[in-house]
Amino acid sequence: MSDVLQIRNLDVSFATDAGAVKAVDQVSLTVAPREVLAIVGESGSGKTVTAKTILGLLPETATRAGAILLRSRDGKSENDIATVTKDQLRRIRGADVSMVFQEPSAALNPVLTIGWQIAAGLRAHDPALKRKDARAQAVEILTKVGIPDPESRVDYYPHQFSGGQKQRIVIAMALVLNPGLIVADEPTTALDVTVQAEILDLLRRCRDEFGASIVLITHNMGVVADLADRVAVMYQGRVVEEAAALTLFAHPQNDYTKKLLAAVPRIGQRIEAAERKAPADTDAEPVVRAEKLRIAYPGRLGRPDFVAVDGVDFTIAPGEVVGLVGESGSGKTTIGRAIAGLTTVTGGSLTVLGTEMNGVKERRFRPLRSSIGFVFQDPGSSFNPLLTIAECVAEPLKVHRKSMDQRAVTQRVGELLEAVQLPKAFGSRYPHELSGGQRQRASLARALALDPALLIADEPTSALDVSVQARVLELFAELQKELGFAALFISHDLAVVDILSDKIAVLYRGKLIEEGTGAEVLGAPKDPYTQRLLASLPVPDPVAQAERRRVLADLRYTEPTA
Amino acid sequence: MVTITQTTTQGPGPARKQGRWRRLPVVHQLHQSVGIQRGMLVAGLVLTALFVLAAIFAPLIAPYGFSQLRDEDGAFGAQQPPSPEHLFGTTVGGYDVLSRVIWGTQTGLGVIVVAVLLSIFAGVALGLVSGYFGGWLDRVLVVICDAIYAFPTLLLAIVMSIAISGGQSSLWGGILAAAISITVVFIPQYFRVIRAETVRIKSEAYVESAKVVGTSNLRIMFRHVLRNATRTLPLIFTLNASEAILTLAGLGFLGFGIEPTSAAEWGVDLKAALSDVSSGIWWTSIPPGLAILLTVLGVTLVGESLNDLADPRLRGRRAVSAASGTVAETSVVPGGTLSAGPGGLAGLENEGRP
Repeated sequence: MSDVLQIRNLDVSFATDAGAVKAVDQVSLTVAPREVLAIVGESGSGKTVTAKTILGLLPETATRAGAILLRSRDGKSENDIATVTKDQLRRIRGADVSMVFQEPSAALNPVLTIGWQIAAGLRAHDPALKRKDARAQAVEILTKVGIPDPESRVDYYPHQFSGGQKQRIVIAMALVLNPGLIVADEPTTALDVTVQAEILDLLRRCRDEFGASIVLITHNMGVVADLADRVAVMYQGRVVEEAAALTLFAHPQNDYTKKLLAAVPRIGQRIEAAERKAPADTDAEPVVRAEKLRIAYPGRLGRPDFVAVDGVDFTIAPGEVVGLVGESGSGKTTIGRAIAGLTTVTGGSLTVLGTEMNGVKERRFRPLRSSIGFVFQDPGSSFNPLLTIAECVAEPLKVHRKSMDQRAVTQRVGELLEAVQLPKAFGSRYPHELSGGQRQRASLARALALDPALLIADEPTSALDVSVQARVLELFAELQKELGFAALFISHDLAVVDILSDKIAVLYRGKLIEEGTGAEVLGAPKDPYTQRLLASLPVPDPVAQAERRRVLADLRYTEPTA
Repeated sequence: MVTITQTTTQGPGPARKQGRWRRLPVVHQLHQSVGIQRGMLVAGLVLTALFVLAAIFAPLIAPYGFSQLRDEDGAFGAQQPPSPEHLFGTTVGGYDVLSRVIWGTQTGLGVIVVAVLLSIFAGVALGLVSGYFGGWLDRVLVVICDAIYAFPTLLLAIVMSIAISGGQSSLWGGILAAAISITVVFIPQYFRVIRAETVRIKSEAYVESAKVVGTSNLRIMFRHVLRNATRTLPLIFTLNASEAILTLAGLGFLGFGIEPTSAAEWGVDLKAALSDVSSGIWWTSIPPGLAILLTVLGVTLVGESLNDLADPRLRGRRAVSAASGTVAETSVVPGGTLSAGPGGLAGLENEGRP
């Protein structure tokens, strides 16, 4: 009985409008002291529900069966979360088990100081605790999670911290009562890779220095390889495979696990279709040419403008795929939107299809829009929910090819859906009746409806699961080869960009810091930031990842200011 | 060509047809509700249906005309207690109380229809333009609407009714006076709701994708924004309908209503019954009072339960046993089966139901 957590035959079902939906089906798991158990799976596999059950956080619409036995740190008491009273549950939460949430900015209350929020947990478990003592403990835990200058920053509000620091604070809140178990639900998904690496280091310290066990929920195989001791793979509510991390990555047993591992994009792995892609015509007049491009968002009264893109030069030749990589806030999306005419250019020059975008009038640019396709990040919101897929895909035709009759439009829509490998019958469905991957393919069909010369894809796969992502990337490569459009592929994921692009441009704080072919930029990065970015990217292989971690640590020592 | 249009817009056959019927606004919610929420909705629907039916069939149901003072047997007489001839007795003016209560539903329905028709189009159009284009027009309209909010409804209605009817009182003059005065107050409500929705939808990815394609503003506004912005209108509609009844009754009670000879109106009847209350005559005041109460209650219940049902967090569901249900297919949208569907509320109000 040394396990911190034992889950036995857990079943969870939800009452929905469409009837009962089973989320977790006969799941049994154990977590030993000082062990990191990773639960991996695609969205909808029941991993988050399992995690929430551990804290008794299920919504009222859920019913569950089975036992969740949680041992306190000193081993004195053991409780079944399924049967304890609300009072007991409140005592267990925070003291025996705590949670780190996915979105740190949503997990912190914006109107209270972080010191207050950390102390709130302490005071809830010890009402006699003095304000001063609580504050002292808060400062201490902030020091431990690596917040610089904790004595003064304990009185800061959440918005005064960066995303990574906020996640550190959330981890501090989880650690402050020294629980035996921490449940981390996608703790790094909302963070940039360089920050992700730091948070993973911190979580490792939670185990090594605080002696906590961790249940890590993630869909990112790289994160698993980096941190986990043991891995449970979930699929459709069941645990399909459970093994030590090293064994799982080296010799996956289950077919689903194998497929999942194979779908993870790796740097230097090009899809077959991408190999055969249409050659870029680099001598011709480029489709997009940016010179000293500067885009600023007007500041509020009395504040300086916010410069999102600062002096960027690049070109996209006809038929060329340019990958734009950078962290959030680096200005990559802004560049994409400026090319599509959604954001105004404030300085320098941006020529799109022969038209100068700096000071362009919408009336003059509108005819050119038929030559630009745009694929949005979130396939969920880029379709009008009240129109069928066929109507959505037909929209560009209806706007720009007014002479086409209904029959021709229907035929063209059918062709387009076929081109993105969706059955024609899907045309009569509504967007929410399609899965994320299918919707992103429909989105591609819409973008290609007018045979554009240029396609802008803004993080087209970041909202998708890995296996679906692989399918969409392959399709993208195939279509590009067939139709020969130029493309700007925007992503935060180096591996994804590497798969598709002829040329990769790395953005950092609005400046273009490195540009070249995939082999040049990712094979031998010159800029220290690119090096760090590359080293931060976790690879789905525990052995290689341990090596990379060491490299990254070296890089950090040599480059402490960045 | 026609057949092609149909296949592309309507989808495959009878299964969807049944879905269509279920998707009709009230039918859909009725189907969806459980427990006390369903009870509230059904009670509201029954009361509202009674009200509407009474208004339509008033000439058939009412034993006498609303301004009838005598029949073949001579005058009814004033303040007669309930009897087989006059189930609720007669008023101080000598009218049959039951007949006037039934005829009153017609006036009430007229006011609701005219008031809502007048305000809904103006409010929606202004809200759409204001929210979509923004700028100085938006600011001016918002300030005007805020200013109207600051006025007490009834005071505004009194002023409007005097201005419109010019002291005369006829059936349509009275109805229009009440309806227009209510309209002035309602337009800002529709305006605000539609404007807020428009501002939100304007930044949705599907509107941006329409902009990237080069769709004209008019087409974006009507095809993409308007249809998605009208989701809350049925709610405001029901809540405003009850407010319209109350304002009409209030006007009548204060003496700005319709003369008893022109139309039956509950507020006027209540005012006439004021002196009866202290002299032990209950039958002149309680029936019109109850009529107002039940109508407002019915319409409000419908509105409130529609409101609750529209929100997936407030909506009640039948409990399920832990082992029941099938495992949902994975690889859906991130967040999957647990959070709101990709189509927002529409996504949750699942049409994939077997």
